[in-house]
Amino acid sequence: MRRLLGGLTLAGLVAGLVMAFGVAPREATQGNVQRIMYLHVPSVWVAYLAFGVVLVASVVYLVRRAEAADRLAHASAEVGVLFTGITIATGSIWGKPTWGTWWTWDARLTTVSILFVMYLGYLLLRGMIEDRERGARFAAVLGIVAAFNIPLVHFSVLWWRTLHQPPSLMKPGSAAMPDVIKYALFVNSAAFTLLYVYFLTRRARVLRLEAEADA
Amino acid sequence: MVVWKDLLVERRSKETLNALFFFGLLLLFVFQFALGPDRDRLAGTLPGLLWLGFILSGLLGLGRTFVVERENDCWEGLLLAPGDKSAIYVGKLAGNLLLMLVIEAILLMLFGFFFNLDLAGALPGLAVVVALGTVALAAVGTLFAAMTAQVRARELLFPVLLLPVEAPVLLATVKATEAVLLGETLGSVAHWLKLLAAADVVYVAVGVLTFDFVLEA
Repeated sequence: MRRLLGGLTLAGLVAGLVMAFGVAPREATQGNVQRIMYLHVPSVWVAYLAFGVVLVASVVYLVRRAEAADRLAHASAEVGVLFTGITIATGSIWGKPTWGTWWTWDARLTTVSILFVMYLGYLLLRGMIEDRERGARFAAVLGIVAAFNIPLVHFSVLWWRTLHQPPSLMKPGSAAMPDVIKYALFVNSAAFTLLYVYFLTRRARVLRLEAEADA
Repeated sequence: MVVWKDLLVERRSKETLNALFFFGLLLLFVFQFALGPDRDRLAGTLPGLLWLGFILSGLLGLGRTFVVERENDCWEGLLLAPGDKSAIYVGKLAGNLLLMLVIEAILLMLFGFFFNLDLAGALPGLAVVVALGTVALAAVGTLFAAMTAQVRARELLFPVLLLPVEAPVLLATVKATEAVLLGETLGSVAHWLKLLAAADVVYVAVGVLTFDFVLEA
């Protein structure tokens, strides 16, 4: 099963690369730099997905006290932070030639970086509590607070300032994107989702083995 | 009951209040030293400085929420208290809220004094913004204080957890304060006030619902 998932993920990532570099056309104004979008957009999608899973797993843990749910939340938060980091890094690399700066306090940049530090704090909390059961409880509470905070962060930052181009996907009526680019994005997003599930299951398994070794 | 007990302790000892008052005064000095005496520049950064002062003193005050219980080995007493644990949360929250509002009122007066501000006109609007922002700060702060009270390196962990979560509150309060100080009506910052109110509701609700799990043996 794990093999199959790994294989599928690999195939998906290769297909994504082929779509991004082979099939998708060179963008007219931005040139090849635009291709970083095929890494950037799927990463941020996976990050949000991961933080959503943290919320669900945290609630399940508090209600059911299933350690598997706790491990899932832990693993998902780690993968989420990783992909948030990738999102920020790729955005920065893209921003330098396009906006002329590595960093700016643009709305969505700010949102994503707040999420990044919020969930880094979550991982820090987990690392600092020795008692496993208590750590799981506190982390679950924080996971819930952080998830409910995401919309607040989103709107506050949006009103604070905005420079980022409006979302070009999933917005009815304004899809100025050629189909090829959409397919390439879709393939990459699907591949990244598989990669997320693969990381998640592997990490949760390692956490289970660690817990068993400690017991 | 918890409010009553904490307020009594605070009234008798006044330790937190006195120290926080002094801390607020020091913050004002530091801000002025860091930015220089240029009045125009200070005026431009005032809303930010004001909330920085509130948050920093809030961090210190809120972080001490459960210190009395821990140092005097009354933690078990809290755990064993009959009834709903969320009552403890509400009590601690109310106590913190009161303490923070007192500190903020004092800080505000000091700011008015040092920066030569006429606050009287903006006061009603300012009070609304400060009240909404403080509830949001105290709600999360009280919850996190209970979580970090039992952890080593709690002085470090508490701000590290609280500051990112409070980022939207800080953005909203600073923007709203800026507008109010410029003499604009509350209606012009209605969206910020709504966001703050939403934050208050969400934080308090999550705090009440999850506090049971924090205060488990």
